[in-house]
Amino acid sequence: MTMKVLGIESSCDETSAAIVRDGQEILSNIVASQVALHSKYGGVVPEIASRKHVEFILPVIDEALARSGNGLKEIDAIAVTQGPGLVGSLLVGISAAKSLAYVLKVPWVGVNHILSHIAAAFLSSPSLKFPLIALVVSGGHTSLFRVESQTRMFLLGQTRDDAAGEAFDKVAKLMGLGYPGGQIIDRLAKEGDRKAIPFPRTLLEPHSLDFSFSGLKTAVLQHIKGLGGKLSSIQIREIAASFQEAVVDTLVKKVLRAARREEIKEVVVVGGVACNSRLRERFLEEGSSSGIAVHIPPPALCTDNAAMVAAGGFHHLIEGHRSDLRLNAYSRFSGSHQR
Amino acid sequence: MLILALETSTPTASVAIMETSFGGKDSLGGEKILGEFTLNLSGTHSERLMPAIDSLLRETSLSVGDIQGMALALGPGSFTALRIGASTVKGLVYGLKIPVVGVSTLEALAYNAPYSSTAICPVLDARKKEVYAALFRGDGSGKIIRTSEDWVVSPEELFRRISENTLFLGNGVEVYGDVFRENLGARASFGSPELSLPRALNVAKLSLPKFQRGETLNLFTFTPIYIRRSEAEIHYETKETN
Repeated sequence: MTMKVLGIESSCDETSAAIVRDGQEILSNIVASQVALHSKYGGVVPEIASRKHVEFILPVIDEALARSGNGLKEIDAIAVTQGPGLVGSLLVGISAAKSLAYVLKVPWVGVNHILSHIAAAFLSSPSLKFPLIALVVSGGHTSLFRVESQTRMFLLGQTRDDAAGEAFDKVAKLMGLGYPGGQIIDRLAKEGDRKAIPFPRTLLEPHSLDFSFSGLKTAVLQHIKGLGGKLSSIQIREIAASFQEAVVDTLVKKVLRAARREEIKEVVVVGGVACNSRLRERFLEEGSSSGIAVHIPPPALCTDNAAMVAAGGFHHLIEGHRSDLRLNAYSRFSGSHQR
Repeated sequence: MLILALETSTPTASVAIMETSFGGKDSLGGEKILGEFTLNLSGTHSERLMPAIDSLLRETSLSVGDIQGMALALGPGSFTALRIGASTVKGLVYGLKIPVVGVSTLEALAYNAPYSSTAICPVLDARKKEVYAALFRGDGSGKIIRTSEDWVVSPEELFRRISENTLFLGNGVEVYGDVFRENLGARASFGSPELSLPRALNVAKLSLPKFQRGETLNLFTFTPIYIRRSEAEIHYETKETN
């Protein structure tokens, strides 16, 4: 017996729907991105994002069904992102998922966005084994988890201030490079000397698995001020490369620290920042030299998408988890997640 | 035809089911509200709207598959509340493959007092010291006629636009009732508190002529009526103009 799950994701500024068979085979994965709409504001505007989700939600679901070659009647269950994320945005996906599941009389479940990101790693690396260490790194999250199963994980550490993706956006803004900062810095860094400026790597207390990026951001600001404000194109590239290297160094060190402490040799790196080319390169290098298998999904599965929601939701569903019609969204992750 | 109507524009959540036959000359004779469920509580519609729909269907011994059309109050109102209603409707009509009609929240609210002898002004708190409001009058036979468009204005600006005796309804009365009394004196009258609740039965009633005329919404593209743009857009434009 197979189970086709319709996944729905609307936690931030991507509206997405996907059909995934048995938590593994992606039949379709449609993402309507709003990046262009938010770029002039220098970041995601929650009210605009929520309004766009209302416009995109059905076209995206309809397209996901059409591309998968299925009709509504072929859908066996629905999984939707419950949180963490922007509540106004989440409620659009949740409301549509609830009412559609009610009409179709199919089981449905609200799932944790972070667990879904981790489930994405299983879509690209099906042979992954638990327990594993997961680094979830995006514009909204920089967290380390010990993951016991598809539905159980424990927080090991998280950022005390900015998320890594947020630091990329803020540094890009400091240099007047526009939004989204991650992609722009990644591109410019390729042409810059990453050893040019010794920006700090904030590792916090010796045993801490938390992160902090605000000091790094301040160091970049001071450096730019020291140059008198006007930056040459070489200077911009040096700052981009050196800043990016500092972020990546910190992430790599913390992940290796976590893997050693937890005595785990499987690591997944997921979330939007996992698209960063230098991050991918460094993690694969460092992993192989320290005997740790690092899995990073392809970029399309690192950024927010509904295939990961359908895949993660499948595992909740086969464990018998069901949501009821009272399900509400939540904005923050509470620490450990065990249903 | 069985119509399921939703009103979620404010903290009040209301759902109603109406049975109607389009046949008779007297449209009033062909309509029957089978039930209405209205909750006037704080908290989010996300937790109560679908359970309310489910309860109403159970108590009316109907299955969701029996519903042949949907009606929704499109706004204006609370942005998040409107979106929960719109997204819920989208899921329902997409799954059921039935038509959906949108009606004005303020017009539906005016139908709480169709026999008023004065002008009727539904007024909803829009935060930021503004209200959503519009003007209507009854034609004496229970029908409401709109005499203005929907506005988002300060209460002071609203006073300037009101010249005759007016009945105020809606949650804006709770917030600004005293200000209305002070500024309009005897020209302002107020309905009892229950007349201020947006009700789904009025949404159902208002949807009928639209169903008859075939004025249905495109389920893929319809959005709530926000009237007001997002703060970010307003600020951006102000910055650009300066």
